[in-house]
Amino acid sequence: MGYAVFETARYMGKTGAAVKRALGLGSFCLYPIIFDMSINQPSSYVFPHKHLLGIEGLSRPDIEALLELADEEVILSRQVEKKKTSLRGRTQINLFFEPSTRTQASFELAGKRLGADVMNMSVANSSAKKGETLIDTAMTLNAMRPDLIIVRHHAAGAVQLLSRKVDCSVINAGDGAHEHPTQALLDALTIKRAKGRIEGLVVAICGDIMHSRVARSNMICLAALGARVRLVGPTTLMPAGIERFGFEIFHDMREGIRDADIIMMLRLQRERMHGSFVPSTKEYFRYFGLDDEKLALAKPDALVMHPGPMNRGIEISTDVADGAQSLIREQVEMGVAVRMAVLEALARRLPNG
Amino acid sequence: MSDETAPALLLTHGRIIDPASGRDETGGILIENGVIRDVGPHLDHLKPMNGVTVRHCAGAVIAPGLVDMRVFVGEPGEEHRETFRTAGLAAAAGGITTMICQPQTLPPLDDAPSIDFVKRRAKDRCIVRVHPMAALTKGCAGGEMTEIGLLKEVGAVAYTDGARAVTNAQVIRRALTYGRMFDALIVQHCEDPDLVGEGVMNEGEFAARLGLPGAPDLAETVILERDMRLLAASGGRYHAALISCSASLDVLRKAKEAGLNVTAGVSINHLTFNENDVGQYRTFFKLAPPLRTEDERLALVEALASGLIDVIVSDHNPQDVETKRLTFAEAANGAAGLETMLSAGLRLVEAGHLTLPRLIEAMTLAPSRILHLPSGTLSVGAPADVIVFDPEEPWVCDPAEMRGRSKNTPFDEARMAGRVKATIVGGRTVFGG
Repeated sequence: MGYAVFETARYMGKTGAAVKRALGLGSFCLYPIIFDMSINQPSSYVFPHKHLLGIEGLSRPDIEALLELADEEVILSRQVEKKKTSLRGRTQINLFFEPSTRTQASFELAGKRLGADVMNMSVANSSAKKGETLIDTAMTLNAMRPDLIIVRHHAAGAVQLLSRKVDCSVINAGDGAHEHPTQALLDALTIKRAKGRIEGLVVAICGDIMHSRVARSNMICLAALGARVRLVGPTTLMPAGIERFGFEIFHDMREGIRDADIIMMLRLQRERMHGSFVPSTKEYFRYFGLDDEKLALAKPDALVMHPGPMNRGIEISTDVADGAQSLIREQVEMGVAVRMAVLEALARRLPNG
Repeated sequence: MSDETAPALLLTHGRIIDPASGRDETGGILIENGVIRDVGPHLDHLKPMNGVTVRHCAGAVIAPGLVDMRVFVGEPGEEHRETFRTAGLAAAAGGITTMICQPQTLPPLDDAPSIDFVKRRAKDRCIVRVHPMAALTKGCAGGEMTEIGLLKEVGAVAYTDGARAVTNAQVIRRALTYGRMFDALIVQHCEDPDLVGEGVMNEGEFAARLGLPGAPDLAETVILERDMRLLAASGGRYHAALISCSASLDVLRKAKEAGLNVTAGVSINHLTFNENDVGQYRTFFKLAPPLRTEDERLALVEALASGLIDVIVSDHNPQDVETKRLTFAEAANGAAGLETMLSAGLRLVEAGHLTLPRLIEAMTLAPSRILHLPSGTLSVGAPADVIVFDPEEPWVCDPAEMRGRSKNTPFDEARMAGRVKATIVGGRTVFGG
């Protein structure tokens, strides 16, 4: 209970009574219940997959088990002694073909807290430039007998391809515009802890849906957990065929976030801009950037998320990003916990594990 | 290539299918001095003759050798992908007696000496007939027209930039207009590169789910529709190399109804696969144009059956493993197809979508007529390019057994029905026996 009080106090201190009302204290009261459950009944659930390549293919019980495990990891991460031994002796390689700060750091911390030996490899500036193919790199690393490989790659399907060439477990840390499963899991955990539930919530995913792996993974994950997913973005940043995914689609941001419980902003991939998808960042912010005025259309207790890194003033205003309704920092904390949960769930399946 | 030294050959008791005469009956065929001497049921009762090899073909089909209008061979310049020798072996095993090779080589076949080189090289190394298409523009770069007249004199049968669309409308207009003087066939790869953009598979729900950039069918139809307008204004002969969607079929139908001199082809891949075959990023199914939806595939099959689409091609595009063992977006386009075209086509017959004579016609007579070649028929006096195949023999496609140099077949491990038993080119048996 102590934690919930602390958390609520922090919100109150920052934002005053109006927001306390808006956020609804009720949701925070669920925390201790979750604690108790996870402490008293260590999960015996066996994750049925060797790899985590995407949210697609996971069942609702799979996802819920990971979230439950992640709740335990949050407790651990908040202690002074943050170490566990479940990955002791295991070797974890973070193989990043695309630059990343937070995801890589998050996986590194997660592995270290579980006792794994963690090695970081940034291929963006080594072998790939020398012409070594993805498969060659995979074979080379495989020969070093790692237990877990975390992969980020700029091409959709790359992680799947790599997983077929190695003996160890593979975790997708983002492949092209395809999936970023741990991001979706950490988002789900963040929402669940903030709102107490996911079922029935209206979640608006806003922005560059077309190029976003975060959007792909989140829409599948949230739908599996019973949320009502809306996709909001300019017509040119929606992939063809998206209407057949079965979600509500909006091209008017105001309509799209009206009465939403959660607004999930996506990063506008500026390197892809060059006038070809939207005319300018200025115009983009005008129609699709989240500011206080647009946010006011959502439910009063609506919460705002962003996977980072943010383009302040392009898809989100600084006021909103740092405001009382923002969950963005919580997302980062949950990121470590969820990745610990995923590593642990997969490690339980490893030989001699 | 007629082999006048080969012994006379009598094939008997086969099902003779000859689209040119409409013949579909049990009988025999007599081959002498590299040409067809006689055809018909009466040959089954011929008394044994000295110097004539007789082959019983009961249960098998006797048909003209296949004419494959779109084959990429790696010579010159990319011999690691395919040579005339290996392509010839693969073609013969697949019942193809004439390959029309594409000009997108290194360097491209854009002048008379390069066409001459290919003709000589093929004659020396290849066991089936080869006719080259010449580049439509210099360097296949889409700008300046090649020497259409001179290229024709040395043996070019058509003009195309291979797998690259000529996007400049003025170039197409001039080529059609100028080509009229030489009765030149202008072959277009209908894919607007700007609309394709970064697209690597059919645009739509499936691509969106895989997170792959999509290539819209619009890219094809826009080029075809524009070209039909140019064709109507300029006259000339136009062939759309590969049709992949129903919107293009509407354009094609209107153009044909308007009396334009237009023909079209479809690849065997687009007739037998759809976008779902890409599955989990299987690069052997990465093609240009991309595989479309099942509805589009069925529309293509129907258009082929009705004759709206004239020709089936293998679109044989050998890619060495290193260009396919990559992520989907980075992998090369194309599938090897010489050895599987006929068997794959028989799937359509088996499924009841197509008659066997129509299938044969689309692989023999139709391309021969478009290219003004004497092959594709079993008429008396025609070159003895003949195949014998068992339309039902089951087999499993094992890439290790393929004769082509590159093994990038989408039929990897697939169960096939129907297999070539003998391939005869100019009277000489080059496969089976």
